[in-house]
Amino acid sequence: MDNAIATHPHTHETAVAAHHEHVALPQHRHHFETEEQQREAGSFGMWLFLLTEIMFFGGMFFAYLLYRNWYNPAFVAASNQLNVTEGAINTVVLITSGFFMALGVWAAEVQKKGLLVIFLILTTIFGFIFLGVKADEYHEKWEKHHIPGASFDVHEFINPPIDAKTGKPSQVPMAPDMAQKTQIFFFLYFAMTGMHALHMIIGLGILFWLTWRAHRGEFSAGYVAPIENFGLYWHFVDIVWLFLFPLLYLINRHPLK
Amino acid sequence: MSEHHDDANITNPEHAEHHVVQPITYAVVFVTLLIGTGLTVLAADFDMGVMNPVIALAIACTKAVVVILFFMHVKFQSRLIKMTVGAGFFTFLVLIIMTLSDYMSRAWGLW
Repeated sequence: MDNAIATHPHTHETAVAAHHEHVALPQHRHHFETEEQQREAGSFGMWLFLLTEIMFFGGMFFAYLLYRNWYNPAFVAASNQLNVTEGAINTVVLITSGFFMALGVWAAEVQKKGLLVIFLILTTIFGFIFLGVKADEYHEKWEKHHIPGASFDVHEFINPPIDAKTGKPSQVPMAPDMAQKTQIFFFLYFAMTGMHALHMIIGLGILFWLTWRAHRGEFSAGYVAPIENFGLYWHFVDIVWLFLFPLLYLINRHPLK
Repeated sequence: MSEHHDDANITNPEHAEHHVVQPITYAVVFVTLLIGTGLTVLAADFDMGVMNPVIALAIACTKAVVVILFFMHVKFQSRLIKMTVGAGFFTFLVLIIMTLSDYMSRAWGLW
């Protein structure tokens, strides 16, 4: 490659090249032919990342599937200890957060800056509500000694409390060795909901950054890729929870016979 | 850089008009997801034996598909993206089925 600047004077050819210089729009970088191509390349890359996330969570879902089949009585009894009301509320909270995120993408597309900022803030608020409810549930597990490890208490799985009305045990008593397996359920519960919560914490951090940039008007002039791709991430985290809720909380909620 | 410019890159039928999903669509999806959540909780209160987890997973899968198609815009994306998403879930299913069939067949006939 010759040194164009040092050896060649300003010619017509270089002048024409300068004339054809791209305007560096963030939604159309110079190495893409069209805006659509850049947008599609971005979505494609984001989806590849999400597929690795499916494999990541998939490993834990598979561990859950196996152990649930091996130690089904322990999983049934331990699942009944989870707080279904708070779990259901959290599902609604997360769906609402995802709804506002979707509206945020729309607001960016139609270039309504004020609405975009409002929707991003609402997404963030509902994200924090979810984590708050989650923290309350974790605290309940702490109080009941349902965190796997040295302080784990199998007592009420072996000798379930007597129901005052019926005079019978409130659930089926288990042999001590099976009762110990409830630890595996709670281990998976904390691993899966914990990983999910970590994804939400990371997402909330990104949301603060995006809200700040949206406030500066960066996404109100046709450049929506960061909002759109973050939306994909946030909805993916939603989907993980849509499976976690029935699999962890609702194994055996039907009234005892 | 006009000498490297290839028109074939632009006249790609896949790069159709960009589709902006309207809020009314999102609202319908939102209500659908709420109904699905209610159904899941309701269904868990009935003893249907082996059908309980099947129904729970069926509702969860339906909700996930609705989220993927509309909240994540896959319905309006190019075939490349649709194939990518489909291939990812297909690969995940293959991994589950292959591993499970291994577990199930290890002690085949020994119980």
